[in-house]
Amino acid sequence: MSESRTTGESRTTSESRTTSEYGRRQPPVLLLDKVVKEYDGDPPLRILHDIDLTVARGELVAVVGPSGSGKSTLLSLIGTLDRPTSGRIQLEGHDLTALSDRQIAALRARSIGFVFQQFFLLPGLTTLENVATGLLYTGETVGRRHERAVRALREVGLAHRLGHRPDQLSGGEKQRVAIARALVGRPGLLLADEPTGALDTASGRGVVELLLQLNAQGTTVVVITHDRDLAASFPRRIGLQDGRVEFDTGNETPAPEPEPVSGPGPGHSAWRRPAQEGTA
Amino acid sequence: MTGHLPRPARLRPADLLRIGLIGPRTRRLRSALSALGIALGIAAVVAITGISASSQAHLLDRLDRLGSNLITVSPGEGYDGTKVPLPREAVTMLGNIAPVEQVSATADTGANIYRTDLVPSNQTNSLRVLSARLDLLRTLRGQLAAGRWLDRGTERLPVVVLGAAAADRLGVTRPGTKVWLAGEDLPGAWYGVIGVLEPNELVPEIDDSVLVGTPQAVRALDGARTPSTVYLRTHPERVREVQEVAAATANPAQSSTVAVSRPSDLLKARTETNTALTGLVLSLAGVALLVGGVGIANTMVVGVMERRGEVGLRRALGARRGQITLQFLIEAVLLGLFGGLAGAAMGVVVVYGYAAVQDWPAAVPLAWVVAGPAVAVLVGTAAGLYPALRAARMSPTGALRSA
Repeated sequence: MSESRTTGESRTTSESRTTSEYGRRQPPVLLLDKVVKEYDGDPPLRILHDIDLTVARGELVAVVGPSGSGKSTLLSLIGTLDRPTSGRIQLEGHDLTALSDRQIAALRARSIGFVFQQFFLLPGLTTLENVATGLLYTGETVGRRHERAVRALREVGLAHRLGHRPDQLSGGEKQRVAIARALVGRPGLLLADEPTGALDTASGRGVVELLLQLNAQGTTVVVITHDRDLAASFPRRIGLQDGRVEFDTGNETPAPEPEPVSGPGPGHSAWRRPAQEGTA
Repeated sequence: MTGHLPRPARLRPADLLRIGLIGPRTRRLRSALSALGIALGIAAVVAITGISASSQAHLLDRLDRLGSNLITVSPGEGYDGTKVPLPREAVTMLGNIAPVEQVSATADTGANIYRTDLVPSNQTNSLRVLSARLDLLRTLRGQLAAGRWLDRGTERLPVVVLGAAAADRLGVTRPGTKVWLAGEDLPGAWYGVIGVLEPNELVPEIDDSVLVGTPQAVRALDGARTPSTVYLRTHPERVREVQEVAAATANPAQSSTVAVSRPSDLLKARTETNTALTGLVLSLAGVALLVGGVGIANTMVVGVMERRGEVGLRRALGARRGQITLQFLIEAVLLGLFGGLAGAAMGVVVVYGYAAVQDWPAAVPLAWVVAGPAVAVLVGTAAGLYPALRAARMSPTGALRSA
């Protein structure tokens, strides 16, 4: 593996910390190595510039940045929904560039649980069926899917809502169902895109607490958000700006919120000031 | 490497069916309406072919009962276009042909029939008053709807037996009614109706007739002494032979002026003309199916657009493009299948209903009842292909973002 100039140190730090803190010799859940994403155009539109990122097992990470900073594109790449223009992504030790679409879909079914701002619950299905859909593409039998869905719903505190349809649930409950669907397959990575974006403050707080609690039980969670308040409650924050990593606080205890525009994560070696030129 | 690469999993048939049903389940009215087009197409095919088959079954049924061994011999036209009457001996001569088992005849009279003596003489209802031999009913295997047939006593009395259509047109439903018989050169007289015949498909001319005993006709109604039609019942396997010699036997001098026919042939021809109708209906049904298919395609395209979020979600949950294609294709196929099954059921109900009203044996065209839903499935597949591929081609990211 070739280390990149500036963030190589960061990864090394982060990895060594991970090993020392968790005492495991496992590859990181997620590893991005000089990832570039461009969209067709003349000249091509470069959304992400040389992103390097490592997320170790058990981490709870917030990726923050204003709109247009490349968060959504990063989410698609991490979520394996899209492929990078160049660079390398590893998910649970599997190098995605070497895999076919078919294999990636299978990996996605097993290794990533998605939580979206809009929930995306299927309106005709019950809570139980919606959660069980999270296992549909893994080849499990329907009996086993339902069994695990009940367990996941119990974990998010909705065991009493199994037969309800999405329109009978509150926003907060819907997002809990979506979280249950994401974690029903015990994915290596829970990937949440603005999970509180469509919720009122109280429900949002409930969802964040649920994510923290799931993380405490061992789930690796990456949350992508533009909400700095939300990010503040997470131990590690990665700031995106104009398609580059602006700061990375590393895996620490929650720290005071960084300065709004370009403030570095306090006392973190990995933070580097982004180049401002040449970005849209 | 952490663990093995997970193996791509296939969806089980039950799961495919379950996700294919999500669309129809959540958009019931729209799905039902889009399946309706197909249903009507299939129903039309099943109903029309079924009704046609029932009518055919009915005719063949009747033919079985009436026998296909009846031959009619009647006067044809001479060189000048006028009718050349059969000789008086024709009945006897024809009866002497070896394979002829029964023979009977009717003859013209100069009378018309009226409901009462007050009806204007030109309102004849297109009914003919004929004289009939006593053995006519047996030779034709006719049935009485009511009353009695002529006998040795009544054939000399002013009484009539009405054909089915004649009774209908005169408004006479039961024996005992008086009717008025009169002609140009005849004084009118009241006749009593003693019987009404059932319709007889082999000899529709009898349905339109009013039958009087020969002696009475000759005496009072200016009855002809030469037969107007001679009916022959032959040995069932020797009908052709009799047909060939009948003309020469009936009128040896002018055999070319004798018209010989086998009414069952006409009846069979009538069942065959239905095939032409069926062809027309099939092409109409084809158009209905095409329109139904377009309806399903339309519903599917709209459904796919509305469900972009679901497509994106399913991709995020690990669905491959092929599985998305399959999901929507199955949905379209199910719509077609529901339409096809509903249409077949509607068609069968129509056939049974129509047959019951007509008092026919209901002949359900099994081939079409099976083929209908099969064709509907094909139409659904064709209609669903484009929307399904379109759903599968969506980029998951775009689908999630635009929803």
